[in-house]
Amino acid sequence: MTSTLGQVGLIARRSARRTLRQPALIVPSIVFPLFLLAVNASGLSAATKIPGFPADSYLDFGITVCFMQGALFSSITAGTEIATDIGTGFLNRLQLTPLRRVAILVGQMTGATIVALLGAVTYLTVGVLAGVDVKSGIGGALVLVLYAVFTAVAFAGIGATLGARTGSAEAVQGVFPLMFTVFFLSSMNVPRNLIGVHWFRTVATWNPVSYLVEGMRSLVITGWDATALLRGLGVGVVILVLSFWAASRALATRMART
Amino acid sequence: MTNDQGILVEGLVRTFKGDITAVAGIDLEVTPGEIYGFLGPNGAGKSTTVHMLTTLLPPTAGRARVAGYDVATHGADVRRNVGAALQEAALDAFLTGREHMDLQAGLNGLSKSERARRGTALLDRVGLTDAADRKVGGYSGGMKRRLDLAMALVHGPSILFLDEPTTGLDPQSRSALWDEVQRLATDEGVTVFLTTQYLEEADVLADRVGIIDRGHIVAEGTPAVLKREIGGDTVEAVPADPHDTDRAAAVLARFGEPAAHSPKGVAVRTRHGAEQLADIVRALDDEGVAVGSLQVHSPSLDDVFLAKTGRSLEGAGEAEADPGEPIPA
Repeated sequence: MTSTLGQVGLIARRSARRTLRQPALIVPSIVFPLFLLAVNASGLSAATKIPGFPADSYLDFGITVCFMQGALFSSITAGTEIATDIGTGFLNRLQLTPLRRVAILVGQMTGATIVALLGAVTYLTVGVLAGVDVKSGIGGALVLVLYAVFTAVAFAGIGATLGARTGSAEAVQGVFPLMFTVFFLSSMNVPRNLIGVHWFRTVATWNPVSYLVEGMRSLVITGWDATALLRGLGVGVVILVLSFWAASRALATRMART
Repeated sequence: MTNDQGILVEGLVRTFKGDITAVAGIDLEVTPGEIYGFLGPNGAGKSTTVHMLTTLLPPTAGRARVAGYDVATHGADVRRNVGAALQEAALDAFLTGREHMDLQAGLNGLSKSERARRGTALLDRVGLTDAADRKVGGYSGGMKRRLDLAMALVHGPSILFLDEPTTGLDPQSRSALWDEVQRLATDEGVTVFLTTQYLEEADVLADRVGIIDRGHIVAEGTPAVLKREIGGDTVEAVPADPHDTDRAAAVLARFGEPAAHSPKGVAVRTRHGAEQLADIVRALDDEGVAVGSLQVHSPSLDDVFLAKTGRSLEGAGEAEADPGEPIPA
């Protein structure tokens, strides 16, 4: 029997092939965040003049939004891929082999990870070419890419849960606007201390997305800020563990084989 | 329970939420090397039975042993011994045929070199060598079914489940698939459990047939025996003038029991249709009924289904909703 690692490898290779052969899956996840960054950087540049704004350039401040949107796209990709396999019966085909559930879940994340990695490298490259100054240097840029991919995988677990639970790619995609709203109700576009509306600041403070964003952003606008980084990574780990636990449960219900 | 190589089913039941009973306590036995045709209309319980026997769905009650293993308690052992091509040819449009074979073989534990060798041989056997490196999204329905069959065979199963394998295929593709299934059973001794709603398919391929309707097996035996049980041939007359239908029916009733007929005709089942044909023509002539056409045909499995259920198999499932996605009760 193939080892669990071998099974993960087989499923991962299939997931990678599928993803790389669907440009329509990759291109929007790269173009849309960059487009939004361009719009925000030009439209919100005046925000940097607000006393207490943590960066001189909105481009430096706003590039984190791209990484978070990339995570969102990865989440949708992971959910859609699992839902498609359920809808087409491919999951039943896999169930008829000695494949372990964990191998499906981990292997299927490969596609989402590829989308996240390609996105993160592109955002950073385009950002640097456009003038983004990564205060933590080349090492920080590398950590930023890894951090972004890690965040994307954590959110991919949420997508996988939705995909396994509903079995419908449309239902997964239907959650996109809701998750987008949750992302915006964070410190993604404005620092928390500068949010004037009380309820918004409260929501942003409770919203775990804020801490992911702030950890990521610290690498660009501050340098090496251990507190922000560890707080962000901690939140990411919690999301990762909870989302993969939920996805595993949902997949177990879906895979009712004896 | 015995029969350690084939399939043995006792009182198998599957219910779904909403008090829907898809399979209502069936018993059947398939001996090694046999092709067993499981015939029934849409929603009769065929696919649910296959899902239970291939371990994809736990039975609600009853027992089933496949290749000597209980499907409820030894799922992994059952899966190691069976191959299945389920109702939907579940393939990945973005992978090639060869990549499908490699994935399936790998997940079944074959070594890398064995995967390549086995994959190439099976693709060749089902006539997909030329298309092996093309993405499956561009395959025809027949090619997808053949790839599905090749994938089901990659780990050398002793029992093969085929769930409506030829639905939607053109006659040429259907015939090619029948030949391959026949060859598997004859040359390699593979036991085949084949569900179908096509009478001809069951008639041509199956050594024995089980007819399922509304979750119950209503008849079982070889096609020849089942048809013989019905008895006699069917004589069908289509009056030249539709107004003569009732008079034609009255004449034919003298020769046998009413039988299934075409919309414009009348029919009776007689013990020796061909021999009585001359008498029937004379009787119709004596009554002044002009006949547009007159046919004698031997009993079909549809006649068996009609005799057992009071309905014709053709279109019998249309009134019955398929439970669809299984929801455990």
